[in-house]
Amino acid sequence: MTSTTPPLLSVRDLTVDFRTRHGTVHVLENVSFDLAPGEIIGIVGESGSGKSVTAFAIMGILDKAARILSGDIRFENRDVMAMSPRARDLWRGKEASIIFQNPRTALNPIRPVGDQIADVIARHTPAAPAEVKARVLQAMRQVRIPDPEKRMSAYPFELSGGLCQRIGIAAALACEPRLLIADEPTTGLDVTTQAVIMDLIRDVARAGNLGTVLITHDLALASEYCDRIVVMHAGHVVETAPVAELFARPRHPYTTGLLGSVPSLVESVHDLRAIPGSLPDLRRSDLPPCRFADRCPRHQPGCEAPGLRPEPAGPNHLVACRYPL
Amino acid sequence: MSQSPILCVENLKKHFVLKHSNALTGREPVKLHAVDDVSLSIHPGEALGLVGESGCGKSTLSRLLCRLVDATSGKLFVDGRDISAMSAAAFSKSPLRSDIQMVFQDPTESLNPRFSIFDLIADPLRQLKRPKNRAEVQARVEAAARSVNLPLELLSRFPHQLSGGQKARVGIARAMVVEPRLLVLDEPTSALDVSVQATVLQLLDKIRHEQGVALLFVSHDLNVVRLLCSRIVVMYLGQVVESGATDPLFHHPAHPYTRALLSAIPTLREGARRERIKLDGDPQSPINPSGTRCRLYGRCPAQQALCNRVEPELRTLPDGRQVRCHFADAPAPPETAPAIDPEITPAPLL
Repeated sequence: MTSTTPPLLSVRDLTVDFRTRHGTVHVLENVSFDLAPGEIIGIVGESGSGKSVTAFAIMGILDKAARILSGDIRFENRDVMAMSPRARDLWRGKEASIIFQNPRTALNPIRPVGDQIADVIARHTPAAPAEVKARVLQAMRQVRIPDPEKRMSAYPFELSGGLCQRIGIAAALACEPRLLIADEPTTGLDVTTQAVIMDLIRDVARAGNLGTVLITHDLALASEYCDRIVVMHAGHVVETAPVAELFARPRHPYTTGLLGSVPSLVESVHDLRAIPGSLPDLRRSDLPPCRFADRCPRHQPGCEAPGLRPEPAGPNHLVACRYPL
Repeated sequence: MSQSPILCVENLKKHFVLKHSNALTGREPVKLHAVDDVSLSIHPGEALGLVGESGCGKSTLSRLLCRLVDATSGKLFVDGRDISAMSAAAFSKSPLRSDIQMVFQDPTESLNPRFSIFDLIADPLRQLKRPKNRAEVQARVEAAARSVNLPLELLSRFPHQLSGGQKARVGIARAMVVEPRLLVLDEPTSALDVSVQATVLQLLDKIRHEQGVALLFVSHDLNVVRLLCSRIVVMYLGQVVESGATDPLFHHPAHPYTRALLSAIPTLREGARRERIKLDGDPQSPINPSGTRCRLYGRCPAQQALCNRVEPELRTLPDGRQVRCHFADAPAPPETAPAIDPEITPAPLL
């Protein structure tokens, strides 16, 4: 955001590889963005673009196969990656929380949901059992779960998908974090439930002045709930801009490509414009500087020159393209 | 339409018995009403959209229409022929089986990982059409692959070697290979990225127009249904609550549930943004529903005392659409969408 507000979270030049049996996969390269306190940003892109890996890298829950080659993640100007594992464990859940994609698999199926919220509280702010219970109930009320006294002893399978996701949100918010990452929180839920859950996330984020990262593949959803949008493609941040600016004046060909394939924006099925091709094979050692080059309608020889970085293209607007729209 | 429908169902019901009645204790049977009294018809070359929340019975209805499960009661006609008496097992052996084909939701889980793409597409053909020789199988499989723009070199591969969009097209090709007249598609694009979804939607539209195949498109995404279908049927708790032509239904929904469903869809178009209508409260249970109140009662923003006493009938409005609501005649509130929504401008930092 503006330079006057110190960022809550600052990610700089994050580069992550995964070592697999089939070779090294270059999953993220030089990913950078900032998040101000109380701001909601959306990270959008196709599956495989590195959205979730970015979130997991911030939280420090990457798979063992991942290697962070370079980069800097700062939370309130503290170097998160320099923290000891123990300090990071205490930071995670207390100051920064994550809501996972599938609420049913994120919860333990054989423990009552109230106990699972209590775990988070007991871990970070130990208290007498009666007080923990009171705080579990308070956390459940905060996410508007009806009849929390009864529901806290329920198992995940006894609750609907929407209620399970509210439990996930309650557990994430139980210790009043200042950073909330929501990784596709409503995928798999109905549109009516999605609206309720997203309203809830926005309301608690605004009320608690939480910096929030919403990861989604749904541009329309991001446009309704976010202040700013970070567009990712094949492990690169290709464009960053405030919501109204991004949709009014998209500069990167990939962003316009995504907008052209959104069903709600067109009148007929013939007006849909699919992006040709698919993501490049990220195992290649000779990945071009612009990973969109092979799919890009504006591709020119100059795109092959090394050193492509996001450049200012307007107020708060960054675009990583040599020939932007 | 003067043509007779390919598929027509009348008063179709599917009740799953959860607990049988007990003569000793006098207990009534406990039944889940998955599909309750649904009538609809699909004409040749038509695209019909079926929408509703999960649990509203749309998947059960699509399985009933494909004759994968047997209905509790009601009538089914294929080309005017009453097939209600034919069991699902008998139907799968009848020549009518190839007329109605289904495309399943998750292309990864609905393809056998041990079959090559060729065998996956050839399998329904061998089962249903009794091809004379290998050359015929080869020719028909390649024709089906071409009709869905699947490169022929992929035929020798296995599902795990294909992308999500390619697997979705294999699912459509194996339905198309037996030359059906009706394709039932259960959320065919919900697992795909928007860009891939766009190509699959265009492919389905092409198949419909070039080959005259009727589509029944089951989805919870009204925006997708709007692009593909000329008619939409909205379901809630096993019942049809509204059905009609796409444009009027989309622009002036008559049923409160349709209005809530439309308003919940996030949209990028500022002018199309609707005032959010929230459905508060929990839905009623589909188990032994009361026959004397509206099934939306308790969540409906427009409910009145009458709705708790009398269950509304499905009735036809002057413009031809069908609505199950006592108060649907009242003109729909004008779509007062603000030109610029406050939500789209960044809120000031608190």
